[in-house]
Amino acid sequence: MVKKILSVALCAAVLVFIYAPILLLVVYSFTDSNVIGRWEGFSFALYGQLFRNAEIMQILFNTVWLALAAAALSTVLGTAGAIGIFYSRRRVAKPLQAASQIPVINAEIVTAISLALLFSMIALYRTYFSLIVGHMVLCTPFVVLSVLPKLKQMDSNTYEAALDLGATPAQALFKVVVPQIFSGILSGFMLSITLSLDDYIVTAFTKPPMFDTISTYVYNAVRNGTNSSTPALRALSALIFVVMIVILLAVNLRARKPAAKERAK
Amino acid sequence: MAELRKDEKIIQLVNVTKAFDETVAVENVSFYVRKGEFITFLGPSGCGKTTTLRMIAGFDIPTSGKILLNGQDITNLPPNKRPVNTVFQRYALFPHLNIYDNIAFGLKLKKVPVTYMNDKGEKYVKMQKLTRREIDEKVKNALAVVDLEGFEKRAVSTLSGGQQQRVAIARAIVNEPEILLLDEPLGALDLKMRKEMQIELKEMHRKLGITFIYVTHDQEEALTMSDTIVVMKDGCIQQIGTPTAIYNEPANAFVADFIGDSNIFNGTIVGKLTVRFCNRNFKCVDDFEKNEKVDVVVRPEDIKMTDEDSGMLVGRVTSVVFKGVHYEITAMVGRSEVVIQSTQSRNVGDVIGLVIEPDDIHIMKKELTVNKYDGYITKKNTVVFGDGEFECDVTKLYPGSHLDEEGYLVTADGEKLDLTDMDVSVEVGLQDIELSDNADEGGARGHIVQLIYKGDHYQYIVRTEENEEDYVLDSPDLWNENDYVSVKIRPENIRLALKQEKQNG
Repeated sequence: MVKKILSVALCAAVLVFIYAPILLLVVYSFTDSNVIGRWEGFSFALYGQLFRNAEIMQILFNTVWLALAAAALSTVLGTAGAIGIFYSRRRVAKPLQAASQIPVINAEIVTAISLALLFSMIALYRTYFSLIVGHMVLCTPFVVLSVLPKLKQMDSNTYEAALDLGATPAQALFKVVVPQIFSGILSGFMLSITLSLDDYIVTAFTKPPMFDTISTYVYNAVRNGTNSSTPALRALSALIFVVMIVILLAVNLRARKPAAKERAK
Repeated sequence: MAELRKDEKIIQLVNVTKAFDETVAVENVSFYVRKGEFITFLGPSGCGKTTTLRMIAGFDIPTSGKILLNGQDITNLPPNKRPVNTVFQRYALFPHLNIYDNIAFGLKLKKVPVTYMNDKGEKYVKMQKLTRREIDEKVKNALAVVDLEGFEKRAVSTLSGGQQQRVAIARAIVNEPEILLLDEPLGALDLKMRKEMQIELKEMHRKLGITFIYVTHDQEEALTMSDTIVVMKDGCIQQIGTPTAIYNEPANAFVADFIGDSNIFNGTIVGKLTVRFCNRNFKCVDDFEKNEKVDVVVRPEDIKMTDEDSGMLVGRVTSVVFKGVHYEITAMVGRSEVVIQSTQSRNVGDVIGLVIEPDDIHIMKKELTVNKYDGYITKKNTVVFGDGEFECDVTKLYPGSHLDEEGYLVTADGEKLDLTDMDVSVEVGLQDIELSDNADEGGARGHIVQLIYKGDHYQYIVRTEENEEDYVLDSPDLWNENDYVSVKIRPENIRLALKQEKQNG
């Protein structure tokens, strides 16, 4: 009995440790005070400020737009890369796969500085192009990482079977290979969105001067400490947290559904 | 169904070679398949049979050579342009589609010419997709052929292995291919299911009347189902023939060994219709040149057992295994092992006589590249074979070993071995044997029984007196027939290998 209580208590302690800061933020997003820690009564004022602040709305739009574009491009590139690795001869595939994963373990600051150097060399430093490419460098390896296992689970003969039945290589790819690895592609896309959304380092090194995402904006706001929109960012952070939770739940539930259907038969 | 024109070649391979990097999977293969035939590629794994099939399907492109379909070159045609469909070893069904969509996959992509009449009354032909009704009809028929009526809406994962195999067949035949390729399609099924499917496939072949090209490593499957069998080994065709011809008249020792059980002996033709093996002369029906080295094949069911006195060979029974219909009895005749299949049993240790009729001795020409002997190691670490005793390097038997002062072999692990009386197999190259007039100089002595001039050298056969063992050698020097000579072999040229049972023990 004591054991059981202890184990529950430990779990609770871990959860509190992880979620306390976020909960604190969410709670304090419902009060209209300039500093966290002072409760000045329940109010939606911060949310009102947030949606009335044109600058923040613009930045929010920037961030989402960047995340969607970078994720979509990375997903295409990463899926093509994974398929390429999968159908290469083993001697080529192994080093190729390893090389494609180096950015995953590479320190992000190194990636960011390298990108900055590269783009200043070709006179594209701090443009939308460098920003998108920077985010793609960040996301593509994760797409490869989530698509490759799906390809390995797939019966590689199915592609040949499609050709055998009269499909062109493109038809075989889109009618047979892509549907079988679609869950991997989708999770690669979602992963890319989350990576791009909260990225600060690469964004800071590659963004055009007058362009901001939530991360760079929040960072600057907090650093300066004088910005009047800081309290509204609490509301924004709380919203982002809730949206992420909802997306995560949706993806997980979607993944569980086909499995349940299978079992029902 | 149209009458089959058996002489019509539907597919022909001309000098086809396929190499992957440095390894050659298929080497200079030529054969043809007649229309409507059930042909099987048979061979052990890695023999190139699947690669050959994949080249016919179009998945692999030959490194050199040509593939002709109905006389037209299709060597570089992609698989989707070939009137050929494949049943894969692991079925390769599309898991994201139901049974109906799997089978209809090819039909939905297909375009057929449809003739129309325009306003002026002129006919014109348009390529058009099949209608939904036509596809439904064809899928239903294909499912009926494989006995899976009503399975249209089922998911692939809900089907058993046998059912998935049937769907794979239906998916291929629904396109009405000219040739159906089957790559070990029954390999993943259990024995009973396999037997049933063998019969069904044969029946399907009869009903559909299309050409089946089948790949298997199972010799029984090949013998049961095929009109023609192509036996392959190491990328080369060993023999092409009907199942009966291949079983009864194997072209070489490999085919004999691979198809059914057989006893294969090293033999020599010693006279008109007489072959010598197991230290005895036998009458035979195959006519070969005198002194030719041959492989002798005797099927286990063709050896009859009698008592010790009336047998042509005498052996001691070493094992008896009950196999259901028959007993499999293994006997040692001298240093050779003989396997006999009989409905009668014997006990281990019995001394039995063996009778082999001339009709049951099948003789195959042997390309002689090396002399092979059974031998044993003596106390002095020399080797005895072919009626002689030779100096040899016994440390080659165990990599990294050496001899100690007392003559014991010490292995790389430090284990001390006494090699005395150990059975070894011995190989000596034709160039590695020298002849000498001095009888004491060599390890064995005999008379030259044959010499053949081969352009730049002579090939000699030296036969010993005691057991009539032969040494075949190439030499530029001239000797005469019937010269009494001794045979010299340098120790480093005697290749020794442990016999299998010694390695295990």
